Amino acid sequence: MARALVNVPKAARQGEVVEIRAMIAHPMETGYRVGPNGINIPRDIIRRFACTYNGEEVFSADLFPAVSANPFIAFTLVATTSGTIDFTWTDDAGKTQTASAEITVG
Amino acid sequence: MREDPLRVHGLVGRRQFLRAGMTGLLVISLPRWAVARPSLDEAIRTFTGGADVLDGRVRLDLPPLVENGNAVGITVAAESPMTADDHVRRIAVFNEKNPEANVAVFRLGPRSGRATVSTRIRLATSQVVVAVAEMSDGSFWSSRASAIVTLAACIEDLS
Repeated sequence: MARALVNVPKAARQGEVVEIRAMIAHPMETGYRVGPNGINIPRDIIRRFACTYNGEEVFSADLFPAVSANPFIAFTLVATTSGTIDFTWTDDAGKTQTASAEITVG
Repeated sequence: MREDPLRVHGLVGRRQFLRAGMTGLLVISLPRWAVARPSLDEAIRTFTGGADVLDGRVRLDLPPLVENGNAVGITVAAESPMTADDHVRRIAVFNEKNPEANVAVFRLGPRSGRATVSTRIRLATSQVVVAVAEMSDGSFWSSRASAIVTLAACIEDLS
């Protein structure tokens, strides 16, 4: 679908709170804009963002047209065990885009 | 004292007629979406399910002067120990004057560590933005901030 960028620290101490940043290239078309032909441009937005840590959902977001194009979300997680952090973006058509990052907890 | 003949017959008085006309004009001159969207308070009530919203425990950082309403960086931070017993369940952001009242709803939990979320939002005009946090005990806390927007988002035409 589009290019996604995630920023997860490579290593963290057990119990440390780490900052996660995620962004995806997406127009987030609101459906309120009028195109050059005078017809409304149909809505096309990322509706949901979810983050799982070793398969368990730890953060999610419902987005509305008021979120900027190329939606950027920054949040925090507690580094519990080494593993994979997966990110999923779902758009209006139900299409999903995923990204993942590894974290080593020592 | 003589009664106004128009009123006697149940017709509309002149003043009432003018007042109704002016209200009608005001409604017609508003853009289509401005009539349809719920007010800020209604949107918050839908989110909280009618529960009381208290001031405090939440901080909403919003630049007071925004040059470009297409991307306004905001940070919401709620005061919470973020333990299994006492954490922030959801953080929602609402606006006053965009075509839609909702901006985003974030779901957090004890594994978040800190109740801090940042994102970039659109602001169609100078307005108030409200952040509401739902705690695990079911209480709601809010913070509001206003921004002056020079270049508006959402409603510009591409023609």
